[in-house]
Amino acid sequence: MSYTKRNDGRKFDEARDMEAKVGIIKRADGSAMFRIGKTIAIASVYGPRELFPGFLQNPETGILRSNYDMLSFSVNERKRPGPNRRSVEISMVTNNSLLPALDLSKFPNTVVDVFIEIIQADSGTRCAGICAASMALADAGIPMRGLVSAISVGKVGNALVVDLNKEEEDYEDGATDVPIATMSHNNEVTLLQLDGNVTQDDMKQLMNMGIKSCTEIHKIQMDALKEKYKGEIDE
Amino acid sequence: MEILVKEKDIVVPGELLARGMESLPGFGTYREGDNIIAKQVGLLSLSGRIIRVIPLSGRYVPKKEDLIIGKVVDVSFSGWRVDIGWAFEAGLNMKDATSEFIEKKADLTQYYDFGDIISAQITHVAGSKIIDLTTKGPGLRKLKGGRIIEITSSKVPRVIGKQGSMITLIKEKTECKIIVGQNGRVWISGPTPEKEILAVDVINKIEHEAHLDGLTDRIKEYLEK
Repeated sequence: MSYTKRNDGRKFDEARDMEAKVGIIKRADGSAMFRIGKTIAIASVYGPRELFPGFLQNPETGILRSNYDMLSFSVNERKRPGPNRRSVEISMVTNNSLLPALDLSKFPNTVVDVFIEIIQADSGTRCAGICAASMALADAGIPMRGLVSAISVGKVGNALVVDLNKEEEDYEDGATDVPIATMSHNNEVTLLQLDGNVTQDDMKQLMNMGIKSCTEIHKIQMDALKEKYKGEIDE
Repeated sequence: MEILVKEKDIVVPGELLARGMESLPGFGTYREGDNIIAKQVGLLSLSGRIIRVIPLSGRYVPKKEDLIIGKVVDVSFSGWRVDIGWAFEAGLNMKDATSEFIEKKADLTQYYDFGDIISAQITHVAGSKIIDLTTKGPGLRKLKGGRIIEITSSKVPRVIGKQGSMITLIKEKTECKIIVGQNGRVWISGPTPEKEILAVDVINKIEHEAHLDGLTDRIKEYLEK
């Protein structure tokens, strides 16, 4: 059976509605919220600060430590709080996808901590987390080569779609999702994951769709950042 | 050459500022190929061929010759460790602390004790871990009484104003003693708590409106009200 119409009436290359907000946590050095559909991620950034234990310190550059966490009420069935195998892996891929955009060479021996909390999950949580984290890093004044934005693309049944929701991810004839993250200044891909079966041609098309959606997210992120600092002027 | 932004625009990381080799990347920007791209959230500043971004956020990064306000967090045999609001503590050696002669086994807490607030100047920065301070010099001392507020370090120049015009204005109108550290800490000590609170309000107002034109006039108006 073919997937000819999306369950929420979107076009195949249309992402869910998005919302971004910067500066939501007062005591953090930088913070941001990113919502895509029903998925909401909030990110906070602390640092550059002293890194303990000392042997982890790098005298050549500062390091980035990302932590991804899903809160217990973020999904329908209560999630056991605390880190698990999945969240540790996502923390690592998030870290790797943000790092190419950062320039921490001016802060040797220090650490920049990023905490991503998913307060509501409806697929694409790691992508929402990366979007929120890159805005929070910019808000914290960390030198960055560009903003990082991410979106999941994938194959539902035999259709190639952008931004799968939970229902599509659980599609009965099988679905594959491919999270993609790109940097805003040169559209360089910093995250690409694939778990499933996709032909080479489909993969190429998916990547193009993902990169195109990411440029739209860049605009939302830029506007949200400017909004915060402009707001300070108008007050 | 093509400059795509205006003076005093708010820019964000990754934003394309200019194309072509005629412009030069200054602070807060970098060059990639022919393009000059912003590296930080900030206000754009064009001076001649140089494109700069003045950051609007971010922690204080120590610089040589900065006047800072610090807190003594440790006392050792040869000096003090001072928290200056950066990832690492700064060191104040006893020979840089005072022009008095300090005897070999003297108790250093008689000069600066744990928890004391001091105004000091940075004499030396090496990497991010080694920061040396001095308290020898005019206005560098232990700060007694008063209160301390924290502002974003990038907005300190606006609180001070051109040749100290803004800070002099606040000092005159509120009759408070004020020391502004480059690390964003401001020490205020006034004759009455009300006057101190007025000074705190004014400095917070400056921090909020730091990038608006005609700031001095508005602050003057606010103070006279």
